[in-house]
Amino acid sequence: MAKRIDVKDLNLFYGKFHAVDGVSLAVPPRNVTAFIGPSGCGKSTVLRSLNRMHEVIPGARAEGKVLLDGEDIYASTVDPVSVRRTIGMVFQRPNPFPTMSIKDNVVAGLRLAGERDKKKLEEVAERALRGANLWAEVKDRLNRPGGGLSGGQQQRLCIARAIAVRPDVLLMDEPCSALDPISTLAIEDLIQELKKDFTIVIVTHNMQQAARVSDQTAFFNLAGVGQPGRLVELDDTEKIFSNPTQKATEDYISGRFG
Amino acid sequence: MTAATDLDRPASMPAFQEISPGRRFKNQLATVLVGLAFLAALAPLVWLLVTVLVKGLKYVFSLDWWQKSLAGLTPRQFGGGVYHAIIGTLIEGLVCAVIAVPIAIMVAVYLVEYGKGSRLARAVTFTVDILSGVPSIVAALFVYALWVTTFGLPRSAFAVALALVLLMIPVVVRTTEELLKIVPDELREAAYALGVPKWKTIVKIVIPTALSGIVTGISLAIARVMGETAPVLVLVGYNPFINNDPFEGNMASLPLLMTNERLTTTAAGEARVWGAAVTLILIITVFNLLGSLISRLTSLKTK
Repeated sequence: MAKRIDVKDLNLFYGKFHAVDGVSLAVPPRNVTAFIGPSGCGKSTVLRSLNRMHEVIPGARAEGKVLLDGEDIYASTVDPVSVRRTIGMVFQRPNPFPTMSIKDNVVAGLRLAGERDKKKLEEVAERALRGANLWAEVKDRLNRPGGGLSGGQQQRLCIARAIAVRPDVLLMDEPCSALDPISTLAIEDLIQELKKDFTIVIVTHNMQQAARVSDQTAFFNLAGVGQPGRLVELDDTEKIFSNPTQKATEDYISGRFG
Repeated sequence: MTAATDLDRPASMPAFQEISPGRRFKNQLATVLVGLAFLAALAPLVWLLVTVLVKGLKYVFSLDWWQKSLAGLTPRQFGGGVYHAIIGTLIEGLVCAVIAVPIAIMVAVYLVEYGKGSRLARAVTFTVDILSGVPSIVAALFVYALWVTTFGLPRSAFAVALALVLLMIPVVVRTTEELLKIVPDELREAAYALGVPKWKTIVKIVIPTALSGIVTGISLAIARVMGETAPVLVLVGYNPFINNDPFEGNMASLPLLMTNERLTTTAAGEARVWGAAVTLILIITVFNLLGSLISRLTSLKTK
């Protein structure tokens, strides 16, 4: 079931470095939100803080609130593992588990959570692979290693793996940046379908992609090198790309800088 | 002068030069030096292997050699076998591995996955470095002081295994550490993002990914400790009978048998020394081959 995300005054740090300053934003359910902005503006950092992956990096910490349907994922009583079970993530580079077959990759999340029922795992594998538009291409070689697939197929395998655990939200960190245009198109089509069931937040360097896939777009920027990144504006994608409120946004999307 | 010869002539002088004689000479000199260094490194190894095989191979072709002990044979009598020493070497090596491998892997996991850069981790790395430089005789005497002098326990194959543990741990920690380090962080993050706890990520994702190399490292380490001589000289007595109990009584092993028979100066004794040397090399080779076989079976496949 898709859930909404509310970020309230989020500050993110790497050790002493203040990476992101005071971000507040809202992501409605069953909606695609794109994060755009120049390199180093903190968009990936914000994305990773939404399922507590930020703190995996030594020295990294977060201040502020991230509410998932009103529940703070940074509350002291919350187990980060359970947060990540609810909010899945797809990474920049496809990263299937090299020791596992295609099928085992897809059901890895469930199996490592203790699911033993073979029949259920088979069903989940098929449903997730169909959901990621990969089933037709791999159904005859489910027991082959996941590393043998093409880059685009591997990325869809990773999406299948992420949706197999039935998260409420799917975070995507530049999921197409390592892929060719045809694989990118396949993933973008997939995002449109996944939107029916999941809340999706996607970081992208490709503004056309943001314009194509997202319902709302957030523009991040930083004042200068060594300065923290901040959210400049968040609005409907159409508005951001036609008539943004902020001058910096307009300069960025029209290619005057960045 | 005709038009044809005009066309044959190049329009300008070639831009590239030939290799100068000086560089050609230096290149050949370097090639010769590298080749000589290779031969100098290889020659003693081949020489050693050929000598051992020529002098010892003929003794290991009998079934008795592999099945019987030297019980009841005088130093002058030919016959019998080294089964008692083979079983001793295997027991000491495997008991050592059973103790050392889990400890070493857990230390490596701590260093790479948990300790990263902490003061304790740096202290552990330093200790492991020192431990890997400890001579085997020092390890043996340390265990003697602890096991025999302090605890008052008898010399035994188990005490030998303990000394070998001290020699094996740093080797396995080092290889495992290097292999865990090259497992990409992306795999760890992929597992975390699926809601897999850290310990399970390490056990089910990180270690399996590095397993093939870890197995190779372990088999090399076992092969190495099985040839160690100082611990068996200090910590257990020689015995020509078959003894399967690591805690009780004297136990032979191939290095111990060799040092023991070397003192007999009889023809039969000499035969046993060379035969045991070949046997030890064969066993170590088998362990290395087993290691690379297992590592091939567990290596990552893309097809």
